[in-house]
Amino acid sequence: MADRRPFLHVRDVGKTFQIGSERVDALHHVDLTIDKGEFVCLIGASGCGKSTLLRIIAGFETPSYGDVRVYDAPITGPGSDRGMVFQDYALFPWMTVRNNIAFGPRQKSLSSAEIRSSTEKYLEMVGLAKFADRYPYQLSGGMKQRVAIARVLANEAGILLMDEPFGALDALTREQLQDELLEIWARTQVTILFVTHSVEEATLLADRVVVMTAGPGRIESDNRVSLTRPRDVSAPDFNAVRRNLTEKLTSHVSRRRLKSVA
Amino acid sequence: MGVVASGTKLVPTPYMVAVMMRDFAFGGVYDDAFSGTILTHLLASMQRVYGGFLLAAAIGIPLGLLIGKVAFVRALLDPTLSLLRPIPVTAWLPLSMVFFGLGPRSAVFLVFLGAFYPILLNTVFGVRSVDGKLFEAAAMLGCDGSRMFRQVVMPASLPAIFNGLRLGHGFAWILIVVGEMTGVPTGLGSVIMDGRTLSRPDLVITGMVVIGVAGFACDRLIVVLNNYVLRWSPQHRG
Repeated sequence: MADRRPFLHVRDVGKTFQIGSERVDALHHVDLTIDKGEFVCLIGASGCGKSTLLRIIAGFETPSYGDVRVYDAPITGPGSDRGMVFQDYALFPWMTVRNNIAFGPRQKSLSSAEIRSSTEKYLEMVGLAKFADRYPYQLSGGMKQRVAIARVLANEAGILLMDEPFGALDALTREQLQDELLEIWARTQVTILFVTHSVEEATLLADRVVVMTAGPGRIESDNRVSLTRPRDVSAPDFNAVRRNLTEKLTSHVSRRRLKSVA
Repeated sequence: MGVVASGTKLVPTPYMVAVMMRDFAFGGVYDDAFSGTILTHLLASMQRVYGGFLLAAAIGIPLGLLIGKVAFVRALLDPTLSLLRPIPVTAWLPLSMVFFGLGPRSAVFLVFLGAFYPILLNTVFGVRSVDGKLFEAAAMLGCDGSRMFRQVVMPASLPAIFNGLRLGHGFAWILIVVGEMTGVPTGLGSVIMDGRTLSRPDLVITGMVVIGVAGFACDRLIVVLNNYVLRWSPQHRG
């Protein structure tokens, strides 16, 4: 029987920061529900609070009001059910690739055989079995990000929170990792919340694209992308979706610009 | 001027030092109190250097980790430590003789003080400069409390801790000479002091050379250890 409670539920979340004497409304009454297994992209201009929202869901920051729930249980802090993939990887530099991936399993009381088998499984899945004994400094950016993804998967995180994970990579590596991520998503059926500011990346990856706007940060629109997979970035219908999303993203920005000129 | 005019040689020739060195190591040249005693003095000094240095590391590293990570401990100890820090270690010499008497224990205390601050301060710095994202990454992977300390704080601070150990080790060899210059019968510092009293500059320089070589060799050992432990961090290889 399907669980009727929302899987991930952001309930009326707000966050204000105090910067000097100024109060900044980073998030303003944000509501969002995500189903199990969905791939949702958050896009928006810098300062729209998309990273803040992700960090609140991860439990790294507490909301000023509202709460985030997983199957109705409020989030109180970082937890192994939600794994974050950072833009700058945040791998443990003193650990080999294998030990980075084994870090999560080692925190649980698993037998060493269980730890080994899950580590090897995800090493294999991200195609780094040959590099298992290297240290992070010996890896390229793309390989580091694969380790970071394997690290949260090996921890059996049901929700993958990705904060512009491919932003620092070159275009070729980025495309490759996007394909690999989609493959991993299909195989593991994890739920993915993916922050990006590339409309094309969002259109390529997501079931739903949530557009956010700044000042104060809030959700402007929630768009279902019903293109069939695998998607072709050069197809006309792909272009139509991308144009539509770009308009939603920029209309608000240009309106604000006009207002400030007037 | 008078010294130059009288033709007195205060600075010995390299040959004279070499002869002295040979006598100090193997005997058979002068056959006096210093002949063939290099091991006695070297081992005595090394015992004091490493006694003080290891004590400084044993106290400085855990204390530094605590001060760096626990705000309460920092608030408690930081004012006292900051006040004591600017006092040069050599200024402690008279007091250390009061505490520990004339003898090797006073030298060990000076070595300890000299090595303690670089080790402590570098450890604190190391802990405070760990990338916050690593704590977040560890927390989301289910790591917390004392495990966080052992699995993240300690290894992430290791480069800074090694930096402190190397600096502290250098200071330890400096201070052993000061420590042994007062009323200690053995040790390389006492050899230098005796050389001065007996107007034997060749002996003074011999003592200096032995300290230099021993300090250098021991520093290389630390670098080898450093390179092995920090093999994951190419920018911290010595």
